[in-house]
Amino acid sequence: MSLAEHRGGWLIILSFILAIALNILPLPSAVEIFRPDWVTLTLIYWCLALPTRVGVGIGWLVGLLMDVTRDALLGQHALALAIVAFLTIHLHQRMRVFPIWQQAMSVFILVLLENLIVLWLKGLIGQSPGVWNMVASTPASMLVWPAVFVLLRHLRRTYHVA
Amino acid sequence: MLLSVALMTLDQRTDYVRHVRAGLSVLVYPLQYLVNMPDELLEWGSLTFTSRDALQEEVTQLRTQNQLLQAQLQKLTFIESENRHLRELLKSSKRAGERILIAELLSIDLDPFRKQVVIDKGSNDDQLYEGQPLVDAYGVMGKVVHVGPFSSTAILVTDPNHALPVQVNRNGLRAIAVGNGNMLELPHLPNNADIKVNDLLVTSGLGCVFPAGYPAARVVKVDTNPKLPFARILAQPLAGLDHSREVLLVWPSRESRPHMTNPCNYNGEENKP
Repeated sequence: MSLAEHRGGWLIILSFILAIALNILPLPSAVEIFRPDWVTLTLIYWCLALPTRVGVGIGWLVGLLMDVTRDALLGQHALALAIVAFLTIHLHQRMRVFPIWQQAMSVFILVLLENLIVLWLKGLIGQSPGVWNMVASTPASMLVWPAVFVLLRHLRRTYHVA
Repeated sequence: MLLSVALMTLDQRTDYVRHVRAGLSVLVYPLQYLVNMPDELLEWGSLTFTSRDALQEEVTQLRTQNQLLQAQLQKLTFIESENRHLRELLKSSKRAGERILIAELLSIDLDPFRKQVVIDKGSNDDQLYEGQPLVDAYGVMGKVVHVGPFSSTAILVTDPNHALPVQVNRNGLRAIAVGNGNMLELPHLPNNADIKVNDLLVTSGLGCVFPAGYPAARVVKVDTNPKLPFARILAQPLAGLDHSREVLLVWPSRESRPHMTNPCNYNGEENKP
């Protein structure tokens, strides 16, 4: 692979940095549990758009960073995001041709899966916050997916990330 | 996948990945700092643009408060020396002063289901250790769980995974205060325990993490239902858990720890939360 095919890596990194920042931005505690999972959404987008560049490895690394920022057990988000990345790459050809609302539904399932994996791992170490608390953010993630998708696609096309 | 499972097991069971976490925390600290910025700017702005009158008023208020505290302190030094003298007579353990460092909270959100905060001091600033007590001007806040080079994470007393050994200031009744998310619960106290609403709970110093005698909480509800084996007691933490910005890190002096057959030989090593 030549260098010309690997353009715009900085945009991918920047989008992940922004997503993590959005994930730790202080919110009023009433709406805190409904915070969309920006990191997972960003990861799903890049896995859909560039499955050859962003994959399980990147997902795992980003998940590890999430664990450190949230001071969770090291590896729980890493595991969940690696699985999400794997599934997205597995399904990317199908998901790409979906209309946007159907895509949002698939994203709902993927984020739900991620939340459930994290919930299960938290349960294993005795920090379970309860199922409904844990999945409360999933609908919000689904609702912001179209915005994330359109924005990141626009950026990708403007800066010719390939 | 195997890697993450291995990592999780190591993190939960052993101490080896502490350095990995500390290293990675350096990587995310700029980000946390950046997210904290707007809040800091806002505070700076409101301080810069307050009127002269308001500032003067605050200064007078602080002066009076300072004088009051000074007056109380005069008595305190006398009482302290008297106390030391009496304790020497009784040949019991001495209580010496504790070292203190001021740290500031970063306003970022961590896991929404746990009560944790990030402070802007790490192993580069001073000898912080895991399990170090954290207090604010009003009472006990929590303890440090992870130390990074520039920042550290602390667990608050209201976290469901946190338990604090306390005693009732009025009569010395000992109990454990467990967090339940936003309050403290005192489980396993019998229905006839001598505890009332408005009782002050102070740290008992047992458990070797918190020095004895710091105010911790005030009892707000005592529910004695004869049908249940134990009373249901709720207490409100005295520390401003969600509005203090400055916190104090305490190094308990060795003498202020109780002497037991199982000595508290720690600097945080064997104290897992």
